[in-house]
Amino acid sequence: MVEVNLHGRQPQTVINLRRVEELHEWSHRHTQQTVTIGSAVPYSVMETGKIAELVPALAQAARTVGSPQIRAAGTLGGNLGTCSPAGDSLPVLSALNAVIHLIGPQGTRDVAWGEFMLGVKKNALGSGEFVHSITVPVIQGWQGYAKVGTRNAMVIATASACLVRDTEEGLISIALGSVGPTIIRCSQAEKWLRKTTSLRAGAQINADLAVEFGRRVSDEATPIDDHRSTAAYRRHCVAILAQRLLVRSLA
Amino acid sequence: MSAQELGNEIYTLKVNGQSHPVKDAWIGESLLYVLRERLGLPGAKGACEQGECGSCTVVMDSQAVCSCLVMAAAAVDTEILTVEGLGENGSLTDIQQAFLAAGGVQCGFCTPGFIVAVHHLLDSNPEPSDDQIRESLSGNICRCTGYGRILEAVKIVISQRDAS
Ligand SMILES: Cc1cc2nc3c(=O)[nH]c(=O)nc-3n(C[C@H](O)[C@H](O)[C@H](O)COP(=O)(O)OP(=O)(O)OC[C@H]3O[C@@H](n4cnc5c(N)ncnc54)[C@H](O)[C@@H]3O)c2cc1C
Ligand code: FES
Ligand code: FES
Repeated sequence: MVEVNLHGRQPQTVINLRRVEELHEWSHRHTQQTVTIGSAVPYSVMETGKIAELVPALAQAARTVGSPQIRAAGTLGGNLGTCSPAGDSLPVLSALNAVIHLIGPQGTRDVAWGEFMLGVKKNALGSGEFVHSITVPVIQGWQGYAKVGTRNAMVIATASACLVRDTEEGLISIALGSVGPTIIRCSQAEKWLRKTTSLRAGAQINADLAVEFGRRVSDEATPIDDHRSTAAYRRHCVAILAQRLLVRSLA
Repeated sequence: MSAQELGNEIYTLKVNGQSHPVKDAWIGESLLYVLRERLGLPGAKGACEQGECGSCTVVMDSQAVCSCLVMAAAAVDTEILTVEGLGENGSLTDIQQAFLAAGGVQCGFCTPGFIVAVHHLLDSNPEPSDDQIRESLSGNICRCTGYGRILEAVKIVISQRDAS
């Protein structure tokens, strides 16, 4: 709507998804331990309640989007359709290895997160295709999302990070927002951490190790200077965010 | 629906409990525009038209939303409540009176948006904490009052409703 109101965009055709009920639904599959969320479920539904219990990092990300009015209207489908590197749900989908279910004239297909976002506002959606729903696993262990911005509300991320600790598998995954053309999954830092220390339940991590993890995470970022911030500050931010999230995940 | 097809078509919006036919509208019109320019309901104000200021806040199916970001034609089959629909027979609600008493209205441009947002807040959470009040009004911008008097107004309403 902002494009239409302020930038003279004139839609010829509008597809209203409001009445497509299945896109507004979400479900928890106990056997597979997954949650599937319809593309038109608003952030306000994810902020609290059952989804927040099952996928806390997604709830935290949802809570940082815009304002209550924006969260009542905004959806994962819209965040994925826009595919901005600052989209708050996207680092969470990346760190959780989400699967995006697409539907289009050729039928349905599933795309892993790693193949979905291709660049700044570029995604794998084909012509006539749209996002039906998104599946994420329910993980045993801590997960969290953190965002740096100039204010506490109504702010686009200067830098953001989502960390997920899987205590069953002994894995940590971390993904960064607003510090590159796509969401950045820090696989080198993840691998280093896995080799250096145990991440299973009860594992301890010393402060130096967390700092080193932050440094390695920030090495994988590819931020730029723009009107919102500088590359140097963004690099600094993600180092601190990664360090803090790691410490929180073990607290 | 294409723009041509919609040309003279009529769609109907349900606002403040009444059905309003909308004629000759362009498909890209926002709910804010249709309310103000086509339905004669100028209570919701347009300032930024990009979802940042909240002066256009209305309640749609029990959710406070920015009417500038809602495509009007997509609001068919929803229940829309605007500031005009809050008081009975043109009288002020307790929230509107408290805004006046606390000095929460100065230039008044943001006021309808705040009033709708506060109605929605207290309908869904009658006893919000200070943080919850701030959080729920974080999408409404006021350039005049500095917000202190607006918070004060909300607290007046909470204690009045408690007492009665
Ligand atoms: C004031 C304001 C503040 C904001 N703050 C934030 C913020 O803090 N963090 C953040 O991440 N975002 C923010 N946003 C951006 C926006 O709210 C989010 O990107 C939101 O997720 C968009 O969802 P929507 O359903 O409103 O999408 P829409 O605006 O309806 O659509 C956005 C794009 O996605 C496409 N799209 C929508 N649904 C689908 C689908 N199912 N499949 C394929 N494509 C689809 C549309 O065609 C369009 O191109 C903000 C926006 C505004 C106006
Ligand atoms: S006019 Fe709608 S939010 Fe500012
Ligand atoms: S009273 Fe003037 S903007 Fe709020």
